[in-house]
Amino acid sequence: MDTILPIIAGAIFATGIYLLLRRSLILTIIGIILISNSVNLALFSLGRLTTENPPLIKAGSLEPLAPFANPLPQALILTAIVIGFGLLAFALALAYRSYRELGTVDQDELLQDAEDTAAAIVPRDDFKKGGDA
Amino acid sequence: MNGMLVLPVAIPLITATLGLLFRKSSQLQRWIGVLGAVALLGSAVVLFRDVYADGIQVLQLGNWAAPFGITLVADMLTMLMVGISAIMGLIIAIYSLYDIDKERERFGYYPLLHILIMGVNGSFLTGDIFNLYVWFEVMLIASFILLALGNSKNQLQGALKYVFINLFSSLVFLFGVALLYGMTGTLNMADLAVRLPEVENTGLVTTTAMIFMVAFGIKAAVFPLFFWLPASYHTPPVAISAIFGGLLTKVGVYALIRVFTLLFTVESAHNDYLHTILLWVGGFTMVIGVLGAASHMEFRKILSFHIVSQIGYMIMGLAFNTAMGIMGAIFYVLHNILAKSNLFLISGVAQRLLGTFELKKMGGLYKHYPFLAVLFLISAFALAGFPPLSGFWAKLSLVKAGLSIEQYVITGVAILVGLLTLFSMTKIWLTAFWSPVPDEKPEHFGKIPLFGAGKLYILMIPVMIIAGLIIMVGLYAQPLLELCMTAAEQLLDPSVYIEAVLGPQ
Repeated sequence: MDTILPIIAGAIFATGIYLLLRRSLILTIIGIILISNSVNLALFSLGRLTTENPPLIKAGSLEPLAPFANPLPQALILTAIVIGFGLLAFALALAYRSYRELGTVDQDELLQDAEDTAAAIVPRDDFKKGGDA
Repeated sequence: MNGMLVLPVAIPLITATLGLLFRKSSQLQRWIGVLGAVALLGSAVVLFRDVYADGIQVLQLGNWAAPFGITLVADMLTMLMVGISAIMGLIIAIYSLYDIDKERERFGYYPLLHILIMGVNGSFLTGDIFNLYVWFEVMLIASFILLALGNSKNQLQGALKYVFINLFSSLVFLFGVALLYGMTGTLNMADLAVRLPEVENTGLVTTTAMIFMVAFGIKAAVFPLFFWLPASYHTPPVAISAIFGGLLTKVGVYALIRVFTLLFTVESAHNDYLHTILLWVGGFTMVIGVLGAASHMEFRKILSFHIVSQIGYMIMGLAFNTAMGIMGAIFYVLHNILAKSNLFLISGVAQRLLGTFELKKMGGLYKHYPFLAVLFLISAFALAGFPPLSGFWAKLSLVKAGLSIEQYVITGVAILVGLLTLFSMTKIWLTAFWSPVPDEKPEHFGKIPLFGAGKLYILMIPVMIIAGLIIMVGLYAQPLLELCMTAAEQLLDPSVYIEAVLGPQ
């Protein structure tokens, strides 16, 4: 396990990078997903994996039965998975919205220089009143 | 133990929650937004007094002793950063009262702004490296939504670049955390500082340091990882641009300063490559950023490239790795947050008056709005480093630090870049302020006053407050310089930090 997991993580990371560099937005997102998973795997395999007793405290006892497995990496990965899930959901929604607005998922067309950036700013009618005054 | 330490995180959280509860009423949301920012500023001041009087303050969350629980730590650097983020929060909340439209308010602009500030403050306060990752993500998700809110085409384009590069950098950061945990078996930063020098595989320590440099370097927008910043920061409404440009990249700089003074020091990496690399990175960041700014003709794009260029100065100060250099870097961060966000805010006022950010279509601001022109000059000269404004002292301490350790080349580059900064500031001045009034101008130009009808004064109040702060810091620099010196000395002597967190060794 100790040697296989890092190799798998590295391979997934490399695949993710390859997809990240593709033009299609969807492939880019899949690339991010793969990298995210490979980092979680790395966190898992670097977290001193051991097959020991589960880190649970029996009723009536004050500490778990030694030697117990390290429970921290799982907690870290769980946090990372939840955060990654939220961010990726947002990225997907953003990609979908961009597709709807801009009509393409090809990044070369998608990211061509924007026109007037002042478009994002909503004009105020207060000005007209001010002008009259 | 100081329970007050949770306040800079808890107050924005409460404010955001209240804002979401009353999201139907935009009037209430605005009040909650501003009052929450005032409360945050108050808590920052109180905490600051504690740190100033009694040194580093520590809070073990849930009363789990370090290094097992999550620790919040406030040293002088943290408090200076929390203080400036609270000031910025208030300024932006006031500016948003006019700048942000009803539609964005309806979709929760104010709660998001406060969640962003919560993430920023959390990153400053935490003493746990994994917790830092979590706070970065809190900050990121809020910034993603703020950037994309409104769904205009160029906003979506900007947001796509911003989102993907930042997702990637977070993953790189997480991988670095995994390596640190694998090497030392701990995540508490003070504990890491103790254990890292004992790690035998020094090559791996250096590699991990490089991974952190890349991860935080993307967030701080250093050369060659900055391309996403000028491509996205000019797209959202000005209030959002200003807080992004002022505050967010500086969180990356803060993380770099923290990690490269506490964890990856010359002792733990057993060599000095890291600071040499940082020095090169700083130099290139300064030069490339300022050249990018020289080649653009859009108000906010010029400012965005200047963010990059200014980051270079801070990295340079960090790379000097002396008390003077780090003091200069911290002072530069504080000064730059003020000057840079003020320039963004002024660009917003100019856009309201002229209807565009394109410098070629602008003009006549000096003729009709001389007061605005004066405020612009104050901020622009501060950015370029003219005495007696804040930027002068920031540059002076960095130059002094560079000369005192005989880094003549980089110091020369820094001074030259200051001149080039002045060049693009003059470019804005010549086109937007001094050139004749353009033919195609909005009807209201020249007719509505800055104060009085038209409510432009809501935008002007924050601009004037920051301009006042810039002048004040410039004229009474000594107290702030001393605080920055205290912060730098604390950073260079990690044993105080370690003892405050882990108890006497």
